Amino acid sequence: MDWSLIFSNALAAMVGLETVVFALAAIGLNVHFGYTGLLNFGQAAFLAVAGYGLAISVANFGFSTGAGVVIGLTGAVVLALLLGAPTLRLRADYLAIVTIAAAEIVRLVFRSVSLAEYTGGSDGQGRFSEGFYSINPIAIGRYGLGPLDFDERQTWVLSVGWTLVGLSCLLVFLLMRSPWGRVLKAIREDEDAVRSLGKNVYFYKLQSLVLGGVLGCLAGFMTAWGNTVVQPDNFSTETTFYAYTIVILGGAARVLGPVVGAAIFWVLLSLTDNILNQAKNAGYISDAILTGFQVGQVRLMLVGLGLMLLMIFRPQGLLGDRRELALDAR
Amino acid sequence: MPADLTKADPAVPDRTKAGTPRKDAARQAFAGVEAVPGSAKPDPILVVDGVTRRFGGLTAVDVAHVEVQRGSITALIGPNGAGKSTFFNLLTGFDKPDVGTWTFNGASLSGVPSHKVARRGMVRTFQLTKALSRLTVMQNMLLGATGQKGENFLRAIFPMTWRAQEKANTLRAEELLVRFRLDAKRNDFAGTMSGGQRKLLEMARALMVGPEMVMLDEPMAGVNPALTQSLLTHVKSLREEGMTVLFVEHDMDMVRDISDWVLVMAQGKVIAEGPPEQIMANEAVIDAYLGGHHDAPLQDEEQAAPR
Ligand SMILES: Nc1ncnc2c1ncn2[C@@H]1O[C@H](COP(=O)(O)OP(=O)(O)OP(=O)(O)O)[C@@H](O)[C@H]1O
Ligand SMILES: [Mg+2]
Repeated sequence: MDWSLIFSNALAAMVGLETVVFALAAIGLNVHFGYTGLLNFGQAAFLAVAGYGLAISVANFGFSTGAGVVIGLTGAVVLALLLGAPTLRLRADYLAIVTIAAAEIVRLVFRSVSLAEYTGGSDGQGRFSEGFYSINPIAIGRYGLGPLDFDERQTWVLSVGWTLVGLSCLLVFLLMRSPWGRVLKAIREDEDAVRSLGKNVYFYKLQSLVLGGVLGCLAGFMTAWGNTVVQPDNFSTETTFYAYTIVILGGAARVLGPVVGAAIFWVLLSLTDNILNQAKNAGYISDAILTGFQVGQVRLMLVGLGLMLLMIFRPQGLLGDRRELALDAR
Repeated sequence: MPADLTKADPAVPDRTKAGTPRKDAARQAFAGVEAVPGSAKPDPILVVDGVTRRFGGLTAVDVAHVEVQRGSITALIGPNGAGKSTFFNLLTGFDKPDVGTWTFNGASLSGVPSHKVARRGMVRTFQLTKALSRLTVMQNMLLGATGQKGENFLRAIFPMTWRAQEKANTLRAEELLVRFRLDAKRNDFAGTMSGGQRKLLEMARALMVGPEMVMLDEPMAGVNPALTQSLLTHVKSLREEGMTVLFVEHDMDMVRDISDWVLVMAQGKVIAEGPPEQIMANEAVIDAYLGGHHDAPLQDEEQAAPR
């Protein structure tokens, strides 16, 4: 088995596109779930609206990349208001139900045949990323550090992506140590107490939903540019649940939790995949135990098992505070 | 505080003589007030008219008319399930009545959402304490401050715009924490505190709002006697600061000790009101609430005439 390949692949996964995308999606979800206690099960919809907003406006209507980004951001804000306005006055579970349904509706609309002229149906929409790559200041060539090796396009995508991750974390850090963030955390603990102190809880929850949605929509842009195509199945409910896993893995309500969580999540997937495949090819695992087709499923099982162990031995997540978690039991 | 302990002793007959200026003023204000349900007060801060709340077939609250005198301590007593907490919920916008109107400082509060009620100066605490567990005691307190610049999304990002205000609020919170003897706990998570400490924190936090009127739902429940004494002192000091206090309490000694006026609720209705001494002797109240064992004299009678 080629361990150096296994580890360089793992390292590439740590800084790769998926980690960037899921870190951004999870940073947004952390604002919702970790800080405000909102159960948004439709984070994928924010990614989809942003990704398709960008793709369609550039590919079909000839807008510039900048205008496409503005349209995507606007889409995310509108979606947050649509989801939040009717539900945030109600009990927490209503938001959960509405968001999970809305995310599926959004995905199916982008997938539908009748809109295929704009969305490309299930094949997705390409022809929009030239603008993004044309402003790439990085000269043609290969770039990397140690075993990492990227071409100029990948380097550009990852640079933009990690810059966005950094700025998002900075924003969350600044907000969550301010009185504004204190109100959000208080809402997570007990809405009625916050109301009794004269704060407009509904308005703060709406702000939180919009902020988290906008952060999540950055993930939509990065998926779109990174893959140079947006496809409906990039935005399935699985995306949302991976993001939840990442938030909890990293430690909810920690600024860097989603970033650490995303990196570890994709490193684990890469490690299990590479190790299993190589062991299979080297003949350590016979066909009777595991066929080549089953490797994909088994690695997910192994990752699931790893996550279960983590929850048992470190329920607060990697960066979480055990003292805080102990308070829940009271 | 031994002095306070003797003060709370129901055996000490006339405590009004040792009253503070505010207490005397409050007592005097009630001098001409008739002790009947719904009586008019000279300077009411809160006026309630025909407020009814039904849960299915059960009428939890059905208050015809009630006025609460400004600057007084008014107790609200009544048996379990009388509708006291529901009444609090209605007045503070946490629940909506089927019919009814009420005004605070002359302005109608019907249909006003709870956070706006608080901003107008009427702040309540809850029977089941609502400490914000994973916030520290200090953060709990700071949350109560009103008009915070840093609670605006855009300003929040720039600490220089709110830091000075936050400092001033912290100082004020610190003073209150000292008063409630919670200062040693300021950096602990509120969730680590005991039930009684949470009651104290909730009361201190409500005061951070700077209310004109505080509504306390069983502030003394589960608080130990020594602490109760200091709580009583706090409640009295609120009146000294010019606040109006309306509180629910089951402990009659306490009601007698600190209240200037008592409202009695039973089955959703206000069945009696009056000064504490008079209420304790009221037949209707004894029947509905106090029963035969509330007071030493009654017990003596029972013993004197065994069945
Ligand atoms: N949400 C609700 N749904 C149905 N019934 C309710 C609800 N809230 C209160 N009630 C009923 O209304 C009545 C009054 O309740 P409330 O909590 O106001 O009593 P209380 O006077 O505060 O009693 P306690 O002294 O025990 O706190 C009770 O009979 C209760 O069962
Ligand atoms: Mg009650």
